[in-house]
Amino acid sequence: MLAKARGHAPATGDSALVRALMIATALGFLLLFLVLPLASVFVEALRRGVGAYWAALVEPDALAAIQLTLTVAAIAVPMNLVFGIAASWCIAKFDFRGKDLLITLIDLPFSVSPVISGLIYVLLFGLHGLIGPFLKSQGIQIIFAVPGLVLATVFVTFPFVARELIPLMQEQGTEEEEAALVLGASGWQTFWRVTLPNIKWGLMYGVLLCNARAMGEFGAVSVVSGHIRGETNTMPLHVEILYNEYNFVAAFSVASVLALLALVTLVAKAVLEWRFGAELAATRH
Amino acid sequence: MVAAASTDTVLPSSGGTVLSVLKKPSVIPGFGLTLGFTLTYLGLIVLLPLAALTIKAGGLGWSGFWNAVLTPRVLSAFQVSFGLSLAAAAVNAVFGFIVAWVLVRYRFPGHRIVDALVDLPFALPTAVAGIALSALYAPNGWIGKLLMDWFGLKVAFTPIGIAIALTFIGLPFVVRTVQPILQDLPPEEEEAAASLGASRWQTFSRVVFPALLPALVTGFALAFARAVGEYGSVIFIAGNMPGISEIVPLLIVIKLEQYDYGGAAAVGTMMLVVSFFLLLILNLLQAWMRWRHAR
Repeated sequence: MLAKARGHAPATGDSALVRALMIATALGFLLLFLVLPLASVFVEALRRGVGAYWAALVEPDALAAIQLTLTVAAIAVPMNLVFGIAASWCIAKFDFRGKDLLITLIDLPFSVSPVISGLIYVLLFGLHGLIGPFLKSQGIQIIFAVPGLVLATVFVTFPFVARELIPLMQEQGTEEEEAALVLGASGWQTFWRVTLPNIKWGLMYGVLLCNARAMGEFGAVSVVSGHIRGETNTMPLHVEILYNEYNFVAAFSVASVLALLALVTLVAKAVLEWRFGAELAATRH
Repeated sequence: MVAAASTDTVLPSSGGTVLSVLKKPSVIPGFGLTLGFTLTYLGLIVLLPLAALTIKAGGLGWSGFWNAVLTPRVLSAFQVSFGLSLAAAAVNAVFGFIVAWVLVRYRFPGHRIVDALVDLPFALPTAVAGIALSALYAPNGWIGKLLMDWFGLKVAFTPIGIAIALTFIGLPFVVRTVQPILQDLPPEEEEAAASLGASRWQTFSRVVFPALLPALVTGFALAFARAVGEYGSVIFIAGNMPGISEIVPLLIVIKLEQYDYGGAAAVGTMMLVVSFFLLLILNLLQAWMRWRHAR
């Protein structure tokens, strides 16, 4: 707007040529690295037509993988949701020593390689792990079974909800909660009626990102899964197996479902940012 | 101080006697419950398993640890992982900066869609990215065929392929760290520079760029850290030749599949230590730049 008023080569704007070059470079880069890979997933999936695409999705192993992915996410996401609320409550509403250290530790899983995130559970619960032999004697199996998949997923998605809520709740302060408590509300009433409505969009944002990662995680679950078809294969692991068997159409068909999930996540995220940008201000990276 | 002391006497503190030493008094309940839950959950899910890693690696002993880590295969995997992650982060620093600039400074049709699309690598499962990129860059793929026909360049199943995958997954970091800083940059500084006779390039290189440099370095560091640990998007396109295109995370998986738990723990520990030190150096560099810029 300002630039237009000052003519085509304003002192603090870029010339038309620079502008065109920059836009072309940026869009070219994004086309090459984002749009083409995304498009290729759907093109490869539909290469043999809709029939083959659908057949790959309703095949028993694929259905088992879809079900397992949904189950793992349905356990891991609520766990990290409760943790995120508890952590942000004590960090944002109180002042205590060691708070910065606690925040750093909560972010720690983001800086650990997914493979190491799986490895640590194998070292702990695996057959040659620290407490694996004891668990085996009790008949409890964690690695190469669903509990291991859940644990690895919880680890890699650990910080998502907490890191959205902490800055948001810190920004909101404690005055509204204090008012509610002084007026006689109980702690739970204060949380449900005052705090939760204030953080609901931030919470949804965190859950959205947490869920996308939980359903799409590959490295960590790959290490703990054991790749038992129909039993411990999540959707991303099923994609890998099909791909390695040169069953490309089926691999890309299952992958396209995950790509659709990613697109839905992006749209929902963008809508949350546009509609409730002001309320999410503290959490937007 | 006075206000805090009086609050303490008037209103009941929620914590017990031990907690009240640690925290400032407050009327809000639930400190003990939420902190207790947070610490327990953090301990069980994150700290205890990470401790298992160091215990397993420590179980090898000093010489056993170095014997596991200092083999030619492990060393070249480190070289591949860290070298290509640096290259990918550098590519992202350049192009991510341009994308951030375009998104903040210019308006064009589809601007919002492009902005939302930048986060795709965060949302797309890495295995999907991996097979899509290898299909694209394979010798018979859309881009791979062009590169092969025009330049005789083989991308998929070579280290270049790894760099492509690492560039993809690190793409949002630089954009998303530079973008908010560029957005909040006060226009007065640029206007002052311009009205004092600076050319557009001088204004950019002496006024705008130094203000953005710390954010750029942060984005670079985040993209680098993510790339070093990346597994899913790389293994499909890499070719995975030991010594040439084998990354450290894959080597850990291979050691685990051979039931070499100690070796896997040693390589994993080494990887965490090296990335920690590199990030420490980058953080110090960034703090130094902030300090120099503020002066």
